[in-house]
Order: sequence, then structure tokens, then C-alpha cells
Amino acid sequence: MEQRRKERIDRGIKVRTDGLYALMSWRELGYLTLPRLVLIVGMLILPFVMPSMYWQRVISIVCIYALLAVSFDLLAHFVGLVSLGGALFIGVGGYISAIMNTSFGFPPLLAIPIATIAGAGICTLLLFPCLPLRGVYFAIVSLMYPLAMARVIEALDILGGTDGIMGIDSFPNRWIEQYFVILMVLLFLFGVRRLVNLDLGLVLRAVKDNDQAVRASGMNITFYKAVAVFFSSAMGCLGGACLVHIYMWSGISLFALDFSILPIAATVIGGAGTIVGPVLGCLILVPVSELLRDFGTLRIVFYSLILVAFIVFRSEGIMVYGQRKYHQIERWVKV
Amino acid sequence: MSDQPILEVKEATKTFGGILALNRVSFHVNEGEILGIIGPNGSGKTTLINCITAFIKMTSGKIFFRGKDISRKPAHKIADMGLTRTFQIMRPYYSLPAYKNLVIPLFSPRAKRTGGWRGGGKLGDRNTVGIDILEEIGFERDSFVPYKMASTLPTGYLKRLELARCLALKPEIILCDEVFSGLSMSEIASMVPLIERLQMDGIALVMIEHRLRELFRVARRIMVLNFGEKLIEGTPEEVMADEKVKEAYFGSAEEVEEVMTYA
Ligand SMILES: Nc1ncnc2c1ncn2[C@@H]1O[C@H](COP(=O)(O)OP(=O)(O)OP(=O)(O)O)[C@@H](O)[C@H]1O
Ligand SMILES: [Mg+2]
Repeated sequence: MEQRRKERIDRGIKVRTDGLYALMSWRELGYLTLPRLVLIVGMLILPFVMPSMYWQRVISIVCIYALLAVSFDLLAHFVGLVSLGGALFIGVGGYISAIMNTSFGFPPLLAIPIATIAGAGICTLLLFPCLPLRGVYFAIVSLMYPLAMARVIEALDILGGTDGIMGIDSFPNRWIEQYFVILMVLLFLFGVRRLVNLDLGLVLRAVKDNDQAVRASGMNITFYKAVAVFFSSAMGCLGGACLVHIYMWSGISLFALDFSILPIAATVIGGAGTIVGPVLGCLILVPVSELLRDFGTLRIVFYSLILVAFIVFRSEGIMVYGQRKYHQIERWVKV
Repeated sequence: MSDQPILEVKEATKTFGGILALNRVSFHVNEGEILGIIGPNGSGKTTLINCITAFIKMTSGKIFFRGKDISRKPAHKIADMGLTRTFQIMRPYYSLPAYKNLVIPLFSPRAKRTGGWRGGGKLGDRNTVGIDILEEIGFERDSFVPYKMASTLPTGYLKRLELARCLALKPEIILCDEVFSGLSMSEIASMVPLIERLQMDGIALVMIEHRLRELFRVARRIMVLNFGEKLIEGTPEEVMADEKVKEAYFGSAEEVEEVMTYA
């Protein structure tokens, strides 16, 4: 009689480490790339699956939050800086792009990259003074800036004051809008995953693990933290810049706390430190939050409940759980 | 030029609140020399290293490295000049495998300058160079040890990893804070030749040790600290014969006898 036993598919792949040797057969190649393909193809066909105006808008918002969540995950889990500055990045990026567009007449697809780079520079400078400090200071300062900025704009009545800046150009059409933000999310998602495994990424992880040893290795930890903050705020500013062209309006609500809190909730739900997880978290959390729009500010209570539930019951997050299950998939083989 | 000391400390003083942890300690290290620093617990040995390498700020005093005043330089600049240190409480990157721990120092400006091992260069990428250094320092290349997570390594290997991090920087001097403590006799026996080889490579060493027998095998000049003050400096025999040292360090003369018979 023929004997059969179960075997885990990933075993053979895991033994042959480091990329090249993993591709021993088409089947294994498929096993490795399937999850990535599902994500990429899934994101790309989303606009067709939900063609209504309303849901397309939601997809754009999901992508903007996804950029923020990836940015949060990068700083928190690979550099050790807990950032509550999502709103700062969105606000700075948004206002710069709005000004570039309305005052200098740059089209959105030019104003957005400018806002991304310039905004990241400004945010890095703003946060620079607390980079040499350890502990909770970075979180506090990054939370304080957006609150302060909103008040300053209001009080001095600059940049449109409480009315905001109106008459901002939208993307050429809503398909371009959709695919621009989706491609940006995919680009930064895989870019950040690549970054954390480069030698530079290892240095950043080392700063989180043991900053004193990095100093003893002759490296300026403040500089490397600043590099990470620049990458991270660039993602946030990109999101903010896209947002003002989606809404065709830029106002102090860009500095709203939601942009700081929801990405953190999404990261916890999706799986901290996985980078993909936070994107999944946004894909779940943002549409649900849209459905609850009628409840207004009460939605913050809802994020909090979800957060607490996840921390208590499945603290590892969806992605880590899913990864483990996927690696445990077995097949029958002849003995 | 050649008789200029590589490291010179002048009147290093450090106070923590009211505690005087270092009181006007002066000494020098010559090119290629091994200087031993001994002293009872809490005598300020680690504090001295922390002050030299700018991990804590000195209250007063001056430090010269090859004649250059480095008292006001930040820690990473000092390491960048080739003045490296190990930590008494080991500080590996626990979340990385042992060989990846060395990618970080190999990525530093100094390693890029001195090593010529940019990724893909003729010495191979940083991973390969890291494994080479680990092999040199006593990790078995063909075993799994260099690939193990630093968090799972035993003390002996972590101490070696501390030294390896310094070596990756091609140092001119290494300040070793108790690299022998916590090791078994056989582990120490395998470390001693390693230390001797570093000296032959022209690296000066400052070794803080409680394991006197092993220290006296490699260091010909010893400095004794007690309550933050320098008691005496000299050869192991001179130092051990000193009355003040006997009193401060051992309490009894018999122990000194015992140590000296092995030294
Ligand atoms: N950060 C600090 N704050 C306050 N006091 C400190 C600090 N670091 C060290 N000390 C004090 O300074 C003195 C010297 O400590 P140090 O760690 O330099 O001793 P040591 O010679 O290295 O001792 P050991 O042999 O135990 O390693 C001790 O009295 C210690 O309590
Ligand atoms: Mg000590």
C-alpha cells in the first residue's frame, strides 16, 4: 500500500536561504509570489470592482491612510521612534502642494512631488531638535506640532485662515487619481520593505535595538534618525499633497488628529513591523470608518474599541497571523 | 614622533551628584602597548572608559589622542578616529544574527574609509567581511554560530562579538571593559592568544580586568584605581608588592601571594 505523509511547503524554501536558491521550482516560486501577486493585483483592480464615485473616493482615502501607516510602521518598528505626526505630514504636504498649485500654477502632478520633497525637508527640520533625545519626546513633539500649526493658521489668518485655500486643481481625471495613489502605495510599500533589508536599513534597525552600540561604531545616530524621519515624512507629505488635489481644498482640518491616530490603529490591526500589515489594516479600517461617518467624532471611540480588542485578543495582528498560517500549509507527499 | 603616546589622559575628573567617581586620574598608553587597569568594584574603571569615549561627559580634565585634544568631541567622532571600546554589559543587536551585527560598523564612515570594503568590492560585500571578522575572532565559520541570532548566543560569543565590532572599524586602540569576566577558564585560555595577536597587529589595548592572572600574562604595565583615584602604576610585580594595593584590593596578603605565584 502506498504511504503518504504531510509536508510543509515552506520547509525546502527556508533551508535554502537568501533569495537566489529559493527559486528551485515553479511551484515554490508560485508559493512565494502568490501573496504578493494577490496584493498587487487586488489593489490594481479595486477601482474596477467598485466603480461608484463614492467608493472610488474611499479607495483614494484608504491609500492615503496606507501611506501614513507604512510611514508610522517604518519609524516605530525599524527605528524606534513612535510618531504621532501623521497630521503634521499631511498638513505640511497638503498646504505646500496647495500653494504650489494656486500661487505658482504648477499642475498637480508637478506640485505633488515638490510638496513631497520640500514637505519632508520641513518636517525633518521641525522634528530634528528632539531626535538626539531618547524616550517619549519625539511622540509628544510630533503630536504637538499639528495642533500648534492649526492654531497658528487660524490666529494669524494666513494661508486662507479658517476658510482654507480653495480652487485647487484636481487630478486630470478620477482614474488617474485612483491609479496614482494606488501605485504610490505599492511603490512605497515595496520600497520600504527593500529599504529595511539594505545595509542602511540594518543600521536603522540597530539604532532601535541598541543606539549606544551604533555610536560606539562611529556613527552619528541623530543623522540616521533624521534620514528615517525624512523618508517617513515624505510618505506622509505625499499623502497630504494627494489629498488636497482630491478634495480640491486645503484647510486646517488637514491637521486633524485622525491622521495621527487611525494609522496607528491600522498598524496594530494589520500587524506591527510587517509593513504590509498596516496597509491591510487601512483597507479594513477606513471603509468601516466611512460607513460610520454618520456618527461623526464618535468614530474615535470606535477606533479605540477596535484597538483595545486587537491588543487584548490578537496582539500580533492579521498579517503575522496570516503569515504563520500560510507557512503552515501542508501538502501530501508520497513516502 | 614615535615616542608620543597614542592616548593621554590628564586629570580626568567625574562627579555624579555628590559622588566623586573619578578624581584627577592621569595616565598614558603607548603605541602598540597593553595597559591593564585594575581596581575593586565601583572604583571608577567603567566610568573612566565612558569619559574617554565621551559616552558620559567629563566634569574636568583633558584627553589627547595622538596629541590631538578630543575632550570635547562627541562619541561617534571619537570612534571614527579609531579609538574604540567594548561594553562591560554587552550591547549586541539582539534582533540580528551575529554576522549581521557587523554590517553596522562596516557601514560606518571609518570602515568605508579604511577598509575599502564597499559592498561588492574585492573583499566581498559586508556580510562576507563580517563572517571573515567573526572567524578571526573565534566563531567557527562552518558552523551555524555566525548565523545565529545574537539573542541566543552565550556570553563567551557575545564578548567576542563586542571585540569584533571594534575590529570592524580597523581600530588603533581598543578599550576593553572586562572581556574575560563571565567566561570559563577554557574560554579565557582561547581568548588570550587572540589578545596577543591584536597586539602583534599593532593595536594598542587598555584592558580592565578582575581576572588578574590572565591579565598579567598579556599586560606588562598595570594601573590601579581605588575610589576613583589612581593608586599606583607599574609592572605587575611592582603593583602587587605595593602595600596600598594589597590593602585596597585584597584585604589580605595571602591572596596576593597566590596570584603572584601564577603570574
Ligand atoms: N550613571 C551613574 N550615575 C551615578 N553614579 C554612577 C553612575 N555610573 C557610575 N556611578 C558610580 O560611580 C562609581 C564608579 O562606578 P564604575 O561603574 O565606574 O565602577 P567599576 O570600577 O567599573 O566597577 P565594576 O568593577 O563593578 O565594573 C560607583 O560608585 C558607581 O555607583
Ligand atoms: Mg565596570
